[in-house]
Amino acid sequence: MAQLTSSRLVKRGRRFVRQHPLGRYALPALLIAVFIAYPFYFELPGISAITLDALGLKLDTVFVIAIYVMLALGLNIVVGYAGLLDLGYVAFYALGAYAVGWFASDHFNQVTFHFGSTAVPTLPGIHLNFWLVVLLAGVIAGLAGVIIGWPTLRLRGDYLAIVTLGFGEIIPDVFRNSDALPLPGGLQSSPPFVEFSRVNFTDGVRGIRQLDRPGFGDFGDTVGFLPDRFTSIDLKPWFITIVVLCLIVVFVNQRLRDSKMGRAWIAVREDEVAASAMGVPLMRTKLWAYGIGAVFGGFAGALYGSFIGSIFPTSFFFNISILILCMIIVGGMGNIYGVVLGAIVLQYLNLAGLDKIGQRLNDAIGPGGVVGLLDEPVDIPKYKFLIFGLLLVLMMLFRPEGMIPSARRKAEFEEEGAESVLYDVTR
Amino acid sequence: VATVDTAAALQGRRFPPLSRLLFWLFGGILLFGVGWFLISNLVQHPARFAEISLIGFTNGSIFALIALGYTLVYGILELINFAHGDNFMLGSFETHAIVRDGAFQIPLLFGVVAIPLGTAATADSSTSVRIYAIAMSLFFAMLLCSVINTSIERIGYKPLRNQPRLAPLITAIGFSFILQNVGLAWKGAGRVPVPNILPKGDLFDWKGVDYSYQDLMVIAITIPLLVVLTWLVRSTKQGKAMRATAQDREASAIMGINVDRTISFTFAIAGALAGAAGVIYALYIGTSNFQLGFRLGLFAFTAAVLGGIGNLSGAVLGGILLGMVAAYNDGFGDARWTTTIIFSILILILVFRPSGLLGEQTPEGQ
Repeated sequence: MAQLTSSRLVKRGRRFVRQHPLGRYALPALLIAVFIAYPFYFELPGISAITLDALGLKLDTVFVIAIYVMLALGLNIVVGYAGLLDLGYVAFYALGAYAVGWFASDHFNQVTFHFGSTAVPTLPGIHLNFWLVVLLAGVIAGLAGVIIGWPTLRLRGDYLAIVTLGFGEIIPDVFRNSDALPLPGGLQSSPPFVEFSRVNFTDGVRGIRQLDRPGFGDFGDTVGFLPDRFTSIDLKPWFITIVVLCLIVVFVNQRLRDSKMGRAWIAVREDEVAASAMGVPLMRTKLWAYGIGAVFGGFAGALYGSFIGSIFPTSFFFNISILILCMIIVGGMGNIYGVVLGAIVLQYLNLAGLDKIGQRLNDAIGPGGVVGLLDEPVDIPKYKFLIFGLLLVLMMLFRPEGMIPSARRKAEFEEEGAESVLYDVTR
Repeated sequence: VATVDTAAALQGRRFPPLSRLLFWLFGGILLFGVGWFLISNLVQHPARFAEISLIGFTNGSIFALIALGYTLVYGILELINFAHGDNFMLGSFETHAIVRDGAFQIPLLFGVVAIPLGTAATADSSTSVRIYAIAMSLFFAMLLCSVINTSIERIGYKPLRNQPRLAPLITAIGFSFILQNVGLAWKGAGRVPVPNILPKGDLFDWKGVDYSYQDLMVIAITIPLLVVLTWLVRSTKQGKAMRATAQDREASAIMGINVDRTISFTFAIAGALAGAAGVIYALYIGTSNFQLGFRLGLFAFTAAVLGGIGNLSGAVLGGILLGMVAAYNDGFGDARWTTTIIFSILILILVFRPSGLLGEQTPEGQ
């Protein structure tokens, strides 16, 4: 009986969110308003007890959570819609951040080139307009996605996973080692017949520092309310930017899901052979999903890079790919609400929540511990990937469709038997 | 199986002529470059070349032992057991426990159960104590790792056999993180040093090519293990059941083979090999770390793919080849790029020759 009511409640909730205008527009609008207004109210006397003391939600934490919402939505296209397990998504994120490093900092100080940038005009290096750089980061990441995807997407699901993992490991590795990359500069008469010159692409482990901040410069003056230059003191413009970007990603997610391409993705995900027999071009369909996912990874990376101000190869390691994957799986693959919720919850736990929980727990247990087992305080944040690993296993075992499942995904996981052999070959 | 062939045909696996031409062109240039690199180094420093080849062979045998675990599991379930590398790491930690602390430790999440064995040894202990310590580390590490591997299969993979194929892959990644954190809670985040209890000095030194007792130990443990494994798979009833299950699970079940038990047995063997590799690694390299398993596991998986996944001799060949590649690059090239090179090999093999050097042996490959 209880089962029945709860399922009816879920159904009602789903209908409210999908069809009722209050659910379709008011709920997301409320969420966005709560988010955008955060810099205005988080420090107010009564509220700061909750936002800062109890939850530990500092401004930059909230911003990074929003970046991960965007990343999760981007990966959702690849994993949630097209069903391609991508274990190297961090590579595109890193590429986006490094694009800012290349085109909006004084890294290449041999040349001085300015184009609509907020940086001081005498500063050496390539300084392009930030919004241009974001687009460029998307283009670079998307191109990388197509180049990586073109030979690999014909592979079976698990081989694809391992190849993307390989790329996810290679790209940060290349960034770490590319401080003196030998590039062919000309020909010579003795072996190896090619003359190499050393080029510093990424400055190795030192990373690229002092990235340009976004801003509207002179254009901002003419329009008035647009800020000339984003600063690390006033984060409101950052918040608005990330909301706009997230909204674009949500819009693209939703429109793509309901498009011809989206239906092709679902067909490919559910049964590749049948889809291809129905005339769905497999390679092109998968490549689009992979490329679009990569573009959004690049956007997020660009914004993150410029927010942090300096980028290091160590900030882009494998665990991030798994964290983003975890967000999608916990939230609900293919469901935008689910993915957003998963990203917010997990990244909050990752950045602040586990610290707070650990503090609370250690305060509650106090010195001495419980039955001699926990005789010293447990450092919970240290074991956060234990928690994420457990989450992956438990979700797969007990609720593979996620907390807020998409109806179709749920049906796929529930449909057992039929023709599905043990460890089905084609999925 | 027929449907898969159709899928391959529909996808158009064949390359159009121009890209095939480019493929051979770039492949040729790459092979020429690698050949040039090796031969010029062989001519310039023959003794160093021989020594680096020996190092590569020894490292390669460790890769091979881990790769066998991946290939055994993949051959029977078509599942990449991501947790395998971390299992190997726990094996090396167990060696630390037995050789340094002299106790068999069972890692639980935030506590350790220790059974004293009196195996603590240092380089100054008597020979019998040291041999006892090595034998006990081997036994207990293999036991621990095979129990862990079998439990993971029972808890995480078995309930998902009817699910889409990516579901057990995701639990495997989850277990990989869980085991890493077990290691972290067990021995901490720093490096875990294992005392060197093998005789110091070289077994022989021939024109600058020296062969140490450590190198000998690696071979002396690996070869008997390979012989036993070959015997198990080729000549026992259980091995026959494994091969049958790998070929066709349903048909084997109809023939009265207990498929679940066979799969558990395979995981137990794979775990035992990971444990043995952990012991060898700990004694040979002398240090371990909780993050070691992930990367080394991926190297070993590359080795398994290089040789042909599911193919036991392929895993050994792939492991040794990969060890050599890594050693040549560490010795003559730039050691910073070794990881990149190994992962590039993985990608190139998967893209251009997914069946590996010796051909894959999986239900799908046949």
